Formats: sequence, structure tokens, C-alpha cells
Amino acid sequence: MTETRVHFYQVGSFAVGNRLLSDADRTVQASRERTNSLDAGHRACQGCGEALGARYALDAAMRATGGRLVAVNATGCLEVFSTPFPETSWRIAWLHSLFGNAPAVATGVAAAMRAKGRDDVRVVGQAGDGGTVDIGFGALSGMFERHDDVLFICYDNEGYMNTGVQRSAATPPTARTATSEAVGADPGNVFGQGKDLPRIAMAHDIPYVATATVADLHDLERKVERAMTFRGARYLHVLVPCPLGWGAASADTVRLARLAAESGFFPVFEAEHGVVTGVRRIRRRVGVEEYLRPQRRFAHLFAGEGRPDLVARLQLIADANVERYGLAPEEE
Amino acid sequence: MDRPFAITLPVGSSRANHTGSWRVERPVYVDHLPPCNDACPAGENIQRWLYHAESGDYEAAWRILVEENPLPAIMGRVCFHPCESACNRVRVDEAVGINAVERFLGDTALARGWRLPDPGPDSGRRVLVVGAGPAGLSATYHLRRAGHAVTLVEGAARLGGMMRYGIPAYRLPRAVLDAEVERILEMGVEVVLGRSVKDIAAARDEFRADAVFLAVGAQLGRRVSIPAGDSAKMIDAVTFLHQVAEDDPPLLGRHVVVYGGGDTALDAARTARRLGATDATIVYRRNRAKMPAHAEEVEQALGEGVTVRWLSTIERFEGERLLIEKMALNAEGFPEPTGELEELDADALVLALGQDTDLSLLEGSEVHVADGVVPVAESMMTDVPGVFAGGDVAPSDRTATVAVGHGKRAAKGIDAFLGDRSFERPERHPLAAFERLNTWYYADAPRTQRPELERIRRQTNFEEVVGGLTEDNALFEARRCLSCGNCFECDNCFGVCPDNAVIKLGGGDRYEIDYDYCKGCGICVAECPCGAIEMVPERI
Amino acid sequence: MLQQLEGSRAVAETVARCRPEVVCAYPISPQTHIIEAIGAMVKDGRLAPCEFINVESEYAAMSVSIGASAAGARAYTATASQGLLFMIEAVYNAAGLGLPVVMTLANRAIGAPINIWNDHSDAMAVRDAGWIQLFAETNQEAADLHVQAFRLAETLSVPVMVCMDGFILTHAVEAVDLIDQAVVDSFLPPYEPRQVLDPDDPVSIGAMVGPEAFEEVRYLAHLRQLDALELIPSVAEEFAALTGRASGGLLHPYRLDDAETVIVAMGSVLGTIKDAVDARRATGERVGVLGVTTFRPFPVAAVADALAGARRVIVVEKAFSLGMGGVLATDVATASPASGPELATVVAGLGGRPITRRDVEGVLGRSAQGTLPRLSFLNLDEDVVARERARMAASRRSGPFAENVLRDLAAGGANR
Ligand SMILES: Cc1cc2nc3c(=O)[nH]c(=O)nc-3n(C[C@H](O)[C@H](O)[C@H](O)COP(=O)(O)OP(=O)(O)OC[C@H]3O[C@@H](n4cnc5c(N)ncnc54)[C@H](O)[C@@H]3O)c2cc1C
Ligand SMILES: Cc1ncc(C[n+]2csc(CCOP(=O)(O)OP(=O)(O)O)c2C)c(N)n1
Ligand code: SF4
Ligand code: SF4
Ligand code: SF4
Ligand SMILES: [Mg+2]
Repeated sequence: MTETRVHFYQVGSFAVGNRLLSDADRTVQASRERTNSLDAGHRACQGCGEALGARYALDAAMRATGGRLVAVNATGCLEVFSTPFPETSWRIAWLHSLFGNAPAVATGVAAAMRAKGRDDVRVVGQAGDGGTVDIGFGALSGMFERHDDVLFICYDNEGYMNTGVQRSAATPPTARTATSEAVGADPGNVFGQGKDLPRIAMAHDIPYVATATVADLHDLERKVERAMTFRGARYLHVLVPCPLGWGAASADTVRLARLAAESGFFPVFEAEHGVVTGVRRIRRRVGVEEYLRPQRRFAHLFAGEGRPDLVARLQLIADANVERYGLAPEEE
Repeated sequence: MDRPFAITLPVGSSRANHTGSWRVERPVYVDHLPPCNDACPAGENIQRWLYHAESGDYEAAWRILVEENPLPAIMGRVCFHPCESACNRVRVDEAVGINAVERFLGDTALARGWRLPDPGPDSGRRVLVVGAGPAGLSATYHLRRAGHAVTLVEGAARLGGMMRYGIPAYRLPRAVLDAEVERILEMGVEVVLGRSVKDIAAARDEFRADAVFLAVGAQLGRRVSIPAGDSAKMIDAVTFLHQVAEDDPPLLGRHVVVYGGGDTALDAARTARRLGATDATIVYRRNRAKMPAHAEEVEQALGEGVTVRWLSTIERFEGERLLIEKMALNAEGFPEPTGELEELDADALVLALGQDTDLSLLEGSEVHVADGVVPVAESMMTDVPGVFAGGDVAPSDRTATVAVGHGKRAAKGIDAFLGDRSFERPERHPLAAFERLNTWYYADAPRTQRPELERIRRQTNFEEVVGGLTEDNALFEARRCLSCGNCFECDNCFGVCPDNAVIKLGGGDRYEIDYDYCKGCGICVAECPCGAIEMVPERI
Repeated sequence: MLQQLEGSRAVAETVARCRPEVVCAYPISPQTHIIEAIGAMVKDGRLAPCEFINVESEYAAMSVSIGASAAGARAYTATASQGLLFMIEAVYNAAGLGLPVVMTLANRAIGAPINIWNDHSDAMAVRDAGWIQLFAETNQEAADLHVQAFRLAETLSVPVMVCMDGFILTHAVEAVDLIDQAVVDSFLPPYEPRQVLDPDDPVSIGAMVGPEAFEEVRYLAHLRQLDALELIPSVAEEFAALTGRASGGLLHPYRLDDAETVIVAMGSVLGTIKDAVDARRATGERVGVLGVTTFRPFPVAAVADALAGARRVIVVEKAFSLGMGGVLATDVATASPASGPELATVVAGLGGRPITRRDVEGVLGRSAQGTLPRLSFLNLDEDVVARERARMAASRRSGPFAENVLRDLAAGGANR
């Protein structure tokens, strides 16, 4: 930050831009010169958080690398809505191979660049939660373990959306999906053990692991930028609400991401070399219910007499996150 | 590159796909009326001048301010700032310190010698303004801007009205008053001092005026009959303060009692303390919650050693001793006599029970008077064509700010009258209600307090009590503004659109929606901090 | 200069001379010696600039190759059997994207039952993937084919698989003439991709294509395979001119002139078959051999030509399509000339079962006598089969049949 006598900027760093800040302190998204890595005309649903998250992350990566970037994309909504023949929405060098192999393909690109002496070109791999947490998990872990020079970004919308909203290992308990219907005594997705990929990534001791949401752009961009200061394997896990899959209003995408973080249900933090180095503390704490209610995938928790028992269990998850990462707001 | 068919595509080609056709609702940019602007009696565009102050462009801010009100340094001291009571930020933490920033801008302008805009091209018409209080001065300024010649006739020896003869110097230093009045006169005004107009019609003829603005205020201190001994010294607050202002303070003694519960009562009591009264006691018939005086003023007065006898009325004043009766609130909350009596030491009793108008100059004219005030139309015109009235003589709240607003509106009314146009008030945008805001985006920021003069110094001199903001504080305070209902170029809409359908025009020109691509998701509307975008049904 | 070398080593040395830029593989017998050797060469810097990547699966190995190739690097990998099946989705993908990856397939049977020995089931499983599939007869040819493979792949933007029999070739020490680096350099120019991931000239590779263009995309890929049929012989000729060796090409005909009976086969078994043919020729029989070097694209016209004079065609193949019969045989049938020779398929050598000269002569004998059925299985132990069938008929829980057969055989026929 540049030296300014008054360290208060109306919307501070909450909003996308801020005419009161120097250009360097504004987000990439505030700039008319941003790459628009993912351009208009794509076929994502109205209010798609993944489309937003991808542009946020890649534009930031483009700035961080001075435009020397190649992206490798797994199959999923992001790929399908961006590149239906004969049109592509990408403005960057981009490759799609398969659903489960994006981390390995990215490794290949990085290896080629190294062999060709083009160390200036950086590689981003990206996938949905299905392509990351489930089918691409082995390849991702391999990429981490070998410490290949790839930043892998997971756009987590908590389900297999492209195929019609089925459950993934990132789907939260009780959430209704097409393969975890809201029927029976235990409606929606099961309370499993969870598959916390950021922590699994940390267990690989890679130099940088972070989570972010589309509700805090400064945070997200800073993390992309930070990630790009390291060589080797890095991981960024971005929560991207999906209006279709979550049964939410298209206008609520950013709000839901915010509530996910503010309730503690989705912890926002970063870790270097396996150690948590920063957390985004909650600013205005809310109960999980405030986050869950606007989403139809949780409607069965509130219909009729509702399932306060299940809501309470979900609250415990949020509380555990708050505890684990120290997310409680300053005054608490 | 010769690209493999269909497998490999040229970048950005999806712009050929106009996803705007999916839309059923469209976002549109709107400007809604911020509650502060709505509440400002002078009709200031507060949000707009704060916007410029936020970036440190104080001159631009000041220029927008004086579009409406030529007396910002004065307003920044004496206005009771209803804008702040209406301010949406109250519901986030505390109101924006609009008034303090206004004063900062006013003072900065005086310090840097910024001049008011030049008068408009000569219209060849002349307007007679009777009374040089805030109403008359404001009208003069706006009439000059419209190019009309002004003859300003004032009965007192100096200009300013109650700003000079009512409001004490410790709240409004005379140097500030003089400077802002002088700046208006620099626009070219014919001033007649010490001339009390006795007959409005005659004066209109005498000064060959095409129109008249009547702004004589309410100069008469209201009196009530209190059984009193011969030796008892009684004075009304207006007269008292007027004499003080003329540097001819009456001798009131060591024990001064002030009767009344308004700001004037406080001013009288505080002034008495400064003149040497060891105790200045206010007697008021209701309790503190019901007191019309502004809380800040009460606080300051108490801080200066003024005491208040709540729920008390004066029974009798027998020279050196005052008999007061205790009251009690009944079930409806009205004070009722209890019959319980108490004594107070009192060398003098100051009556601060309100002011009445002296409208003898209207006798014999067609101008209608009702309940001691002059009814006016929207344009501030009285029943008599060409005769306008405003300020304390018109039915309204009696504050300097209302008077400034009246003066402005009257000038517009007069301008329309002289131009043979009908007067139209500009259309008002819908209110930028708090519910339209997304307050998440605003940084947490408690309000800055203005520094206050140490108490010990306040008790003995007329130095200004409340200080101004430093530049840093003013900037901070301005930046607390939420910019209700008006885009402040936070880039949120530009950023949060998943379809890159917001075009940033830049350089203060705000944004446009690219309806070729906008799918109508509404995220921009939801995430606009200040509610400056609205969804409307798509026309089919 | 001829050297006594293990087949795997010969291949590794040759691939090294092709100056690969990214090598990525996952170990599986019988491919291991190849990648171990290349890995060592990368590690000691001999191949610099070249990246050798140890991945966690064959799926990743092919995926890394895809990424590397799309980024403009010469990419190589090797696998076999289960490994090939594990990467199959990416195998198709590399071809679909038109990426000139070269892969050695050390042919091996596919389980279950798990079996590490040679047959051609793995290669057959991906015959429709869009790769050029070349079958080596000898270690010399296996080595030489790799040089040609890179050249073909990169010229056509089609991936190429060099198939060599597991163990029989990969682990056999034979005299091989390793190609000179200078010859490779003159034969194989640096890779110039048709499409590449380049921030300076960005494109989107791997679009989703719907019904409106998918068929055309497929057809274009098919045309490229047909182009390959033209290119493969000329590349082989050019190679021969430089090296004097007749490696590669579409077919290896042997003593076909006037042959009435022609055995068609692929890979190392051709050596055995040629010996048998030589022996029969010595007795005056008019027999010949047609070795298929290029299995995909299948050289239909060339095969028809070669078989024009034959009355009987016997396809000896190390794979078959369960419930149907020969795979190569089906293609040969399609290519057979209008004269319509009699066609017999002999499935042989599955899971590494040896095929001897005597076996082949026996086949020829039966064919001559007219007792060779249209589909037969060489040296099939009918008794074992019969007993297992009986057990299955007798009891629902007859147990796993692979284990039953083993138990039968271990009992040394005691149960017979
Ligand atoms: C003690 C006191 C404190 C106050 N404090 C505040 C405050 O803090 N904030 C606030 O907003 N308001 C305050 N007010 C109210 C405010 O001062 C008045 O509402 C405001 O001044 C009214 O303006 P005006 O122009 O209508 O009349 P005035 O200010 O009263 O001016 C009228 C002028 O007309 C002149 N005049 C009268 N008759 C004639 C005539 N016949 N011929 C020629 N000239 C004539 C008078 O001499 C006077 O100069 C206070 C009032 C008092 C009395
Ligand atoms: C090997 C394979 N299995 C299944 C599929 C079908 N498939 C395509 S995308 C997808 C789900 C993608 O989910 P995710 O990765 O979370 O991305 P999203 O669409 O939710 O953004 C599935 C199951 C496939 N393409 N490939
Ligand atoms: S289904 Fe969800 S993730 Fe997929 S395009 Fe629609 S909103 Fe985006
Ligand atoms: S926040 Fe700003 S615009 Fe809104 S009411 Fe307050 S001062 Fe006015
Ligand atoms: S979101 Fe920000 S930039 Fe957009 S209209 Fe609202 S205030 Fe203006
Ligand atoms: Mg998903």
C-alpha cells in the first residue's frame, strides 16, 4: 500500500474497485485493461459463480505473470459453457483434455515449457470439485507430490453440475442433489467424513495452499498473486456458488459465497509449506441457517417442522472450522 | 496458425453469441435521492459534494455546495443538521458528520479565498430584499446569479439578522459571518443599512423594484406575565442577546435565571455565564426528553456549569428571589402542577419563550397574514403578485437553514415571476432508502468527533466552543458517506458481472450495461453498495 | 555397427536419439527396461533438455504426454497391457486432439487372470483409438520403427504406437545396429506443431463439438489415417535409403510369389512362421507369409494385392475378440480379394504360450489336408476345458475357473 495519511477508503478493500485507492491497490477486475480471460458470450447459467471465479482467478494470474500463462481445464461446466464449437470464450492459451486428468496435463505443459527453456510461461490447471476432489484426485496428488510447477485451481460448486447436479465428495451433508435426494429419514447427502482437499493439499507440504470465495475479490486476487510468487505445486480452492445446483436466486451468488464464509461453513485461509499462515476472519458472523435458507438444496431442513437436528449438526461443522482456523471476529 | 478443424478455436470468438437474449429482466442505472439531501432544508446536494470531498477535491466539493447554499462556514456551525438525523449511516454505526465537513469546506474556502460564482448576465430587473438575515442573504445570492439587481434593505446597523444578533459569537465567530456575508456582497449588491421598511408597497415603488422579498424574520421576544416585584429585573432573550451582540451587555447580576427550554434559552444561559454570572439556571416546565433544544447544545451548556430545573414553572419573581412550582408528568406525559413550591436566588430573569414577528410594514397592503406569519405558495410568493416572503416570517421551522432554503426558492420563484414563467420545483428522485443498500461493502468507521474548547476557557470568553475538523478528519468523515442511491464508482458492478456485460466508461462517466451479453442475473443490483442499479422487467 | 543388445535397450537408445523433450511413464512389465534406461539417460543429463516424469499412473503418463505435446514438446511414453487399458481414455484423447505422441507398447496379455506374458490383446483393445499402430518383427525393426514413428506422427499430427512383443522382443538380446545420431537428425527435423499452447498466440484447444460437426471431425481424422497409408511406405523407403534396412512400411511379404497358402501374422512370431514356411517350401509346398507391419491404418489395398494369388489364407494371431474370433482376421477378410481365398483363423500364443515351428507346420499341414477349421485355438487343452465345463454344469459354486484349470494342470493329469 502506498503511504496515504487517511487509511480509510469508504469501501476500503471490500468493493471491487475504489477510486480513492492508487491503481496498484485496486483489483485487477477494476481495471478496464483486465484480460477478460473468460469473455462474454459464454453459456453459463445466469449468475454462475464458476464463470465469475474463473475470470477473477485467471485475470489475476494473467496480471501476476505478465500474460505468460497457459491454462489446462478439466471437463465440467466451465469447459462446456466456454468452448462449444464454433465459439470459445477464452482469451488465453487454453487446453481441455479430459475430466480426470487436468493436473497431469498441466504437468505435461509445465514440463514442455521447462524443456523448451520457457520458464517465463506459467501453468494453471483448473477443474470443478468433481474434477479435483473426486476423479482428478490421484493425478492432483501426484502433481503435488512431484512438486510440478503448476497452480491448480478448484472451482468448488459442491457437486457435479455439468451432468445435472449429482453429489460429489465436496457436496455438504444434507444437501439435495440428483443422486442424494431429499427423501427418507436421512434426506440429502450423507454425513460422511468429508474430503477436505485444502488440508489434504497441505499434507503434501506444498509451498502454497489457499481457499477463497467469489465474495472477496481482493483476497482471491491476492492469493493468486501470492501463489504465483512460488515455483512448484500450489493449490487454490475457490467456492463458487451455483444458482442452478444450489437452487438459489441468480442474484444471490456473491451473497451466498459471503454467507458461506461469514458463517464459518467455508473457512477462508491460506497456508505455506503445510502451515496455516493467514485466515480471513469473520466480519459479521451469522449462523449457518442464514446461509442455508436461501438455497433450495437445503429446503427440506426448513420445510414443515424442519430438521433442527440436522441444522444443528451443520452448525457444528461451521463451529469446528471457526475453532480450527481461529475465524472468530475480532471482538468475539 | 492453420488450426485443426473444430478442435481448436480462435480466442474470444464467443462474442458472436449474444447471450442477452436470455434476459427477462434488465438492470438499469438509477439515481435515487439520498435521505440527507432530502432532509437538508437548504436543498444541498450533500452526497455529491461529499463525493468530491472524499477524493480531497475540496474546491469542487465547495463549488457544488455553494450551488445551493452560499453560507457553508456558517451552516457548518449553526445548522441543526437534520441531514444527519436522516443519514442512512445511522443504521450502520453513526451518521456521517456532514455538518462538520461542511464547515471544513466553508472554512477552507475562506482561508483560500475561493469566490462565489460570478453573477449572471444583467437581466435589467431589480428586486428589493427586506431583511438581511439568512433568508435575505440567500435570496440575494441566488438572484444575483440569475442576473437580477438586488437592493438589500436592513433595519439594523449590520447585516446577518439573527446570525449576528441572536446566535452568540462562541457558536458563530463574527469573522466567519462577516466573511461569508462580504463574499455575497462582492457579487454586486446595493445595500441600505439602518433603514427599517415601514410600508412594503411604498418601498417597492421607492426602489423601483420589480419584485420584493420579505425576510424580516421574527424579532420580538415573546413575553408572559409573571407576577413580579418592582425591583425585579426581567429581559427577553432576544433583546439580551442583541445587546450582547452590539457589545452593550445589560448587567444581570450573579444569579441569572432563564425561563424556557429552547436553544435560545441555552444561548442566553451560556452567554450569562460568560458575562460573569456565578450561576445560570434554566427553568423548564418539562423534562429533558421533551426539551426542544438540541441535545448537543444541552450537553455543552451543562458542561459549562449551566444548571437546569426540570419540571418547574415560575410562580413569582420578587427581586433576588424566584418562586418556582414543581410539576409532575401525568399519565399522558404532560406536566401538571403539584403545588409544591421552591425558592431560587435570582438577580435577573431572562425570558426565552420564543419569538414573534413584527409585520407592521404589511399593514395597508394586500399581503395576507395568518397567525403572525405570511402564508406563501410553493414559489414563496404571497397573495400579492411580485411579493415573496421567506425565513422566519413564513410558516415553517425557524432555523437559519430553512431560511437559506426559502431564500433560494424565493429567488427561483422571483426569477420565474420576472420571466413570466410558472414556477416548477425540480422533480425529485425516489428516496434511496436504507433497504436498497448493501452495507457489507462499507468499511467500519465510527464517526470523528469535533474537538471542543476546554471548559474552563469556555466559561469566561466568547471564543468558539466547537472546533473544526482537521483535513484528515474531514477526509475521513467524508469517506464515511455511503453515497446512498448514487453511483460512486466502486467498480462492483463492473467486477461482479459473470458475463462481462458491464462497460466501465471511466473518468467519472460511470458505467453502461452491454445488453448484448447481460443475461439479467441481477448480481450487479444485489452487490451495488449504494442501490444505484435496479432490475426492471424486460420489454418484449 | 551391430551390437548385442536387449530389445528394450535398443529401443531406449533409439528413442534417445530422437531427442524427446518430455518422457513420462509408469512401470509395467515388460515395458520397464525401456523407461528405466531412458530415465537414467535423462537423469545423467545426456538427453538435456529433456524432462523425465515419474507419474502415479498410466492415465497420468498419457495425460502428461498430451500436455507436453500440446505445448509443442516431442513427447514419448511406453506401456503395456493393464497400463494401456488404464490410460485408454487419454489414448483416445491424444488422437482426438491430433497430438503426435509416440508410445511403445510392449505387448502383453490382459487380465483377469493376470498374466504378464506376451500376446496382442492390449494393442487390439485400442485399435479404434485413432493411433497409427506399427508392429515390429525384430528388435532391429522395433528400434528403427521409433525413428519413423516420430516422423510420421509429427508430419501427420497423429499419435503413433510402436508395438513390440513383450519379453520375446523386449527382453531378448540380439544383434542390433543402432542408428547414428546424425542419421536421425537428418531424418527427423525438430517438431513443428500444427497447434500449440502459446501465450503469444493463444488458441483454445479441445473444444466441445456437437452433432453439427462431430462426424466431419471424425472423418477428417480418418482421412489423415488414409494419408498415413501413403506416407508410411515413403518414410520407410527414405529410411531404407539412409540405413539400408527394410524396417517399417505397410507389409512384409515373404515368399508370396506363386504362394497358394499364405499365413498372415504380426510381430515376432513372423520369424517362426518364416522358418516353418522355409521348411515347407523345401518340400515343394507353395506357401508364403504376409507380415502386417502397419495394423492401423489397415492397408486394405496392399493386403488385397498381396493375397491376390492365394487360395488359402491362414491368419495366425495373438488375440481374439471373445464371442467372435480373430481381430486381424476380420480385417484380412475385409481386405481379401474378390477371388475369395479360404480363410482360417488360428488364435495362438495367448498369455505367452509358445508358438513353435512345429506348431506352424502342423497348421499348414492341416490346412493342406482341409482339416483346419475356420477358427481354431492352437494347442488348446480340450480336456481341461471339458472338465471345467463339467464342473460348472454340476455345481453352482464351481469356483473360479482360472484357478480350477491351474489345479487341474498341477495335478499332472491325475484327475484325467
Ligand atoms: C438566539 C437564537 C439562536 C438561534 N440559533 C440558531 C441556530 O443555532 N441554528 C439555526 O439554524 N437557527 C438558529 N436560530 C434561528 C435562526 O437564527 C432564524 O431562524 C433565522 O435567522 C431566520 O432568518 P430570517 O432571515 O428569516 O430572519 P432574521 O435572521 O431574523 O433576519 C431578519 C432581518 O430583517 C431585519 N428586519 C426586520 N424587520 C425589518 C424591517 N422592517 N426593515 C428592514 N429590515 C428589517 C432584521 O433586522 C434582521 O436583520 C436562532 C435564533 C435565535 C434567536
Ligand atoms: C471419465 C468421465 N466420467 C464422467 C464424465 C461426465 N462428467 C462430465 S463433467 C462431470 C461433472 C463435473 O463436475 P465438476 O468437476 O464438479 O464440475 P462442474 O460441472 O460442477 O463445474 C461429469 C460427471 C466425464 N466427462 N468423464
Ligand atoms: S450449472 Fe452451475 S456451475 Fe454450471 S453453468 Fe450453471 S450455474 Fe454455472
Ligand atoms: S450516507 Fe452519505 S448519502 Fe447517505 S444519507 Fe448519509 S451523508 Fe447522505
Ligand atoms: S456497483 Fe458501484 S460502480 Fe456500480 S453502480 Fe453501484 S456504486 Fe456505481
Ligand atoms: Mg462441481
